[in-house]
Amino acid sequence: MHPSTPSQIKGILETALLVAARAVSLAELARLFDPPIHMDMLRKLLDELRGDWAGRGVELVQVASGWRFQTRPEMQGYLDRLKQEKAPRYSRAVLETLTIIAYRQPVTRGDIEDVRGVAVSTHILRVLEDRGWIDLVGHRDVPGRPALYATTRKFLDDLGLVSLADLPPLPELENNLEIDDVEPAPTQISE
Amino acid sequence: MDTSAGVTQVARIYGQPLGDLPPDLYIPPDALEVFLDSFEGPLDLLLYLIRRANFDVLDIPMARLTEQYLHYVELMRARNLELAADYLLMAATLLQIKSRMLLPTPARAEAEEVADPRTELVKRLLEYERMKRGAQLLDERPWIGRDCEQVGIESLATPAARDPEVAITDLPVAWLRLAQRHRVRAHHRVFREQLSVREYMARILRCMADRDHVEFAELLGQTARRAELVVSYLAALELARERMIALAQREPLAPLYLRRTDASLDAQSD
Repeated sequence: MHPSTPSQIKGILETALLVAARAVSLAELARLFDPPIHMDMLRKLLDELRGDWAGRGVELVQVASGWRFQTRPEMQGYLDRLKQEKAPRYSRAVLETLTIIAYRQPVTRGDIEDVRGVAVSTHILRVLEDRGWIDLVGHRDVPGRPALYATTRKFLDDLGLVSLADLPPLPELENNLEIDDVEPAPTQISE
Repeated sequence: MDTSAGVTQVARIYGQPLGDLPPDLYIPPDALEVFLDSFEGPLDLLLYLIRRANFDVLDIPMARLTEQYLHYVELMRARNLELAADYLLMAATLLQIKSRMLLPTPARAEAEEVADPRTELVKRLLEYERMKRGAQLLDERPWIGRDCEQVGIESLATPAARDPEVAITDLPVAWLRLAQRHRVRAHHRVFREQLSVREYMARILRCMADRDHVEFAELLGQTARRAELVVSYLAALELARERMIALAQREPLAPLYLRRTDASLDAQSD
């Protein structure tokens, strides 16, 4: 039986996304149909499906790896009670380190220390690496060949971002400070 | 330790001397460590001092800022808190900038732009402040696993390793095979005393009443069950043991013959 109506196709997309229990890419979703469904149509139907779920405790969202269903943040307090525990929060040191890597990647540990004005412990980087949010993408071609860190796709997925361009914009400098921008150190990414 | 002892003038806010410590500067001695722990480093502490005193970050009064900063560093040292090298380095940087600003501008530098010695520090402070804000913004986002959870319907029909498929037509076939095998291994129900060896002994003797000998197979009817066979055999053996008949067989697996003896005649005549 070939799905013919948009609502049939939406039903299939909805079922596949719910059963997958992970983010499913557009290409994967297109392959559910034979012949494959056109990408524009797919995006349109996913947008509609997202609308269909408006007002429920669960929402359809688009992240870096594709589309997925997730609970709405307003529900988390209740879900935590069900689990009788709350996810711990990261320290400011971890959070600031992550932020510098996210906004200024690729960066070395030295770059992070310059911005924060304090030493960055190996522990902080390990916490973020273990989480799968940052990884080593190469070395800067300067003496010592320091490791360059960048954020991963999992970082985008876990924060509900489609791409780095989706990062919340940082506040602009308060006024036109005459900062002759120093050319950033040449970054050569070598694996 | 009385942190305000001897401090007559803490700072000047746009020319106005500040005689007392601002209320938010007062730190109970026990809380000092906690208070300083709340700073992520010298840049964070400097930003706090600048924002609290409402200094213009683009025109920082270096003398006052340095004084306040050194005040904290002094507090840390007085309480023997482990003073990170980063804080001492910043103190040195502040003092260096302050002293450079006191130097008169060389006349030959008039033509070219004279670099403000504070520029580098201001750049760092602003960049750090932006990153602090960025960290807040990231923290406010819904994080999976913290503020929301991935949702999925667990499809129990598809376990990780796929099980073989079973068609409904496979079942009768399996049943037939099972029944076949069951027939081979069928249980034998033995009804005790239902077939009496004694009874069969008598039956054998009756069969041989008018014959000298008889083949064992003849004693059994065409439809003899296995149990009957066994009981008949046992009866024959019993008769032989009691010397009522004699058994004869030419060779193994050859027909078995029962032959009447005189004792059996005596028994019959009893």
